[in-house]
Amino acid sequence: MTMTNAVMSAMGGQMHHHTSVFNAQTPQAQSIANLFYIDLAIAAVIFLTVTALVIAAVIRFRARPGDGEPYQDPGNPKLETLWTVVPALILLFLLVLTARAMFIVNPPVGTRKPDVIVVAHQWWWEYRYPSSGVVTANELHMPAGTNWLLGIQSADVIHDFWVPDLGAKMDAIPGHPNVLWITPQKTGTYLGTCAEYCGAEHAMMGIRVIVQPPEEFAQWEKAQLHAPAPPVAAAAVRGAGLFEEKTCMNCHNIAGTKARALVGPDLTHLADRDTIGSNLIANNLTNLAQWIADPQSLKPGCNMPNLRLSGAEAEDIAVYLESLK
Amino acid sequence: MSEASQSHATITSLADIKEYRGLLSWVASIDHKQIGIMYVVSAYFFLFVGVVEALIMRLQLIRPNNHLISPETYDQLFTMHGTTMVFLMAMPLLFGFSVYLVPLMIGARDMAFPRLNALGFWLYFFGALMLYFSFMAGGAPAAGWFGYAPLTEKSYSFDHGIDYWALSLLVMGAGSVATGINLIVTVLTLRAPGMTLRRLPLFVWMVFINGILVVLAMPPLNAALVMILADRLLNTHFFTPATGGSALMWQNYFWMFGHPEVYILVLPAFGVISEVIPVFSRKVMYGYGLMATSTVAIAFLSFGVWLHHMFATGLGFAILYLFAASSMLIAVPTGIKIFNWIATMWGGTIRFSTPMLFATAFLIQFTIGGLSGITFAAIPLDWQLTDSYFVVAHIHYVLLGGTVFAMIAGTYYWFPKVTGRMMSERVGRWNFWLLVIGFNGTFAVLHILGVLGMPRRVYTYPDVPYFGLLHAISTYFAFVLVLGLLVFVANMIWSLLRGKVAGDDPWDAWTLEWATSSPPPPENFERVRTIHGRRPLWDLKHAAVAPAATKEGR
Ligand code: HEC
Ligand code: HEM
Ligand SMILES: [Cu+2]
Ligand SMILES: [Cu+2]
Repeated sequence: MTMTNAVMSAMGGQMHHHTSVFNAQTPQAQSIANLFYIDLAIAAVIFLTVTALVIAAVIRFRARPGDGEPYQDPGNPKLETLWTVVPALILLFLLVLTARAMFIVNPPVGTRKPDVIVVAHQWWWEYRYPSSGVVTANELHMPAGTNWLLGIQSADVIHDFWVPDLGAKMDAIPGHPNVLWITPQKTGTYLGTCAEYCGAEHAMMGIRVIVQPPEEFAQWEKAQLHAPAPPVAAAAVRGAGLFEEKTCMNCHNIAGTKARALVGPDLTHLADRDTIGSNLIANNLTNLAQWIADPQSLKPGCNMPNLRLSGAEAEDIAVYLESLK
Repeated sequence: MSEASQSHATITSLADIKEYRGLLSWVASIDHKQIGIMYVVSAYFFLFVGVVEALIMRLQLIRPNNHLISPETYDQLFTMHGTTMVFLMAMPLLFGFSVYLVPLMIGARDMAFPRLNALGFWLYFFGALMLYFSFMAGGAPAAGWFGYAPLTEKSYSFDHGIDYWALSLLVMGAGSVATGINLIVTVLTLRAPGMTLRRLPLFVWMVFINGILVVLAMPPLNAALVMILADRLLNTHFFTPATGGSALMWQNYFWMFGHPEVYILVLPAFGVISEVIPVFSRKVMYGYGLMATSTVAIAFLSFGVWLHHMFATGLGFAILYLFAASSMLIAVPTGIKIFNWIATMWGGTIRFSTPMLFATAFLIQFTIGGLSGITFAAIPLDWQLTDSYFVVAHIHYVLLGGTVFAMIAGTYYWFPKVTGRMMSERVGRWNFWLLVIGFNGTFAVLHILGVLGMPRRVYTYPDVPYFGLLHAISTYFAFVLVLGLLVFVANMIWSLLRGKVAGDDPWDAWTLEWATSSPPPPENFERVRTIHGRRPLWDLKHAAVAPAATKEGR
């Protein structure tokens, strides 16, 4: 029950919104949408032709009392050639358009290195910016108007990075690094989800992409590189102590502290994120405390164990984490 | 006429055949008809099981953020539902029809290897039980019907579900290869005198090609299953990238089997449609030659399209072009069939008995499934739509709206032959309309969900516009669909007990199975005369009326 309530309350507002293959926000997505319109038009013509013929046959040639056996027409090579060749030509046309769209959507990369590396984990996303060295989790920041190359990788099983408004999806396969071009044009928040079944919490592996004006993105990137200030408020200081004590640091990284592990999401600037649990719940003190106290109640099966903290302990840690800006 | 239709006046129901009395006569049977019946009954039983699993999923999906069942349960359900429908329902259903009908249609006494036939069935039967035993052995498999590695590795799936899954598919796979070989040899060696390959009924043609597909397609699956079992039980590293294995290799093996499998599941259905439409349109099949050659083309091409299941795995452009082209190409022979079936209806005098109703719905629904399939061959569209609900819609249009509808048409058509009793036409009409409405209502809306970004295999979804509404529509119609299926089962049971006595040839059909009694005696025919054309019974009945028509296939 608690789970449902927390998830539901968080879901009001911007946590989730409408997405669509047709709501194209990048040239890549636009080119796919255009191809889809043509494909749908072709499909509609073929479907209507077949349906019309079937219905016509059903109406015209329904047996009526007194009908004898009809003329036994064994076939007509000319007609049969017609319905072999015409569909083949239509498909050839579609194939040409397909090849063209492929080049727009995912052209060969050459020697270009990815601008950001997406590493999928069971059931969260890690984002690494190789040029600046920023590492973050679950919310992907990108500058508007630039053609970005995403490296798509996996740390465990196969996942898939899919944000319909931004275009193609790409599998994250262990041992098989992939790439994906995305050129976001408008600033805003775009939502997606893991699209390859990856185990218990596949359904809760949301993607949140925040496209910013280039200056704002540069600022964000710079801020990420600074280690957060040490805690000052009493609760936050207690929380920082508990974080080291309660094995949190066996799995998480917080820059400037002893916590260096990379098993779970990087928490260095957790307070900057809109959501926790890969777009599961809004990032606020109450939700965070609940997550820390019992992540399994919010995301059953996830790889963060219930560490049996008291409510007060969880709250102190939450206060500490919410100070990490 | 009287010489060919060897009416066994004394046989009007299965109970009249003393060889079929008692449980032992079935369990120990090597009679292709009993084995065929056992296949079909088991397949319909597992259809019921798979539908129950589907209904629980549909109830879970009826509204956003629903918590009727746990994520783990949902994952087990879609895995078991998919595996059941493909391996425990569709395959044995098609095999059942094949081993029952092929010997009769070619005028043979039995399959070429009757014992191998029984072995194939029992391997399937016990393989199926083994799969379901996993529920009692600590958890059903939960990695989807195509069980992608490395999720299926021990480190990610600890309990024994995957072991049961792989072992049971392996056992059933061995049985399938045996049955495939048996069908090929039967068609090649046991045809009645005069029945050249060019006079083979189209159903037999398709089953023959299907046998070849089965024999060639199962080995990659069986090999992959052995490898995953070795990984799990012997700590080998076939599919573990961290220690030198390859995760993608599983997909290559699986789909090298899996795509031909899709055609394995549909060719016999094509065969059924190719018998039903001509008989009920009262016309010879339009373009028999092209129907047969297009089947061969499909079989051949089906081995060259498997990568279209992997378009989003990051392949090179050259290989992508090749497989986009082959995947579009395979649509051509499939399209040919649709048009040839329509051309067969054209100019006929069509009797809309229940088999013909289902065949007509098949034409349209299968076309929709084919068109959504072409969408995936246009690679950038696949990059958006694969692994979304668009795929769920596509699968069901092909397999349920296509294969299952065709097999229901076949059931209504051959039920009188198998049991000696007609199925109720009145109930058949209810059956038909409930299924058509239920099926399209359940699955048409799922296309839209895919376009809106809903991934498949998720136990729940957030409350975004339309998701809840579309899923609710789908769930409500699923109940109509299930009602239709219950009416179907009820009709079978009622007709078996109370149905009108069928007689040898109730549909005024023309292939050899209608020349013997309903049900046929254990030996099938007392004597089979030389065949002179594609439609032996038609030739007998119409020799005087239309001599030209008897010349076909010479
Ligand atoms: C065994 C490893 C492990 C331990 C110990 C652990 N975590 Fe986690 N943590 C994870 C994993 C894995 C996730 C990602 C879960 C998911 O979203 O599926 C996570 C997620 C989180 C998140 C959400 C991050 C985000 O961006 O959404 C927070 C906050 C967090 N952990 C805090 C803590 C705190 C505080 C502790 C100590 C009380 C702790 N963790 C202990 C593994 C661990
Ligand atoms: C009453 C009829 C049916 C209903 C309501 C139904 C419903 C469903 C649902 C809800 C899913 C899971 C969707 C997801 O979470 O991804 C599914 C998957 C599937 N269904 Fe059905 N289905 C029905 C009949 C069939 C039939 C007859 C077949 C095959 C002949 C079939 C084959 C499949 C397959 C292969 C999957 C994919 C499983 C996987 O993802 O591993 N279904 N179906
Ligand atoms: Cu996933
Ligand atoms: Cu395929």
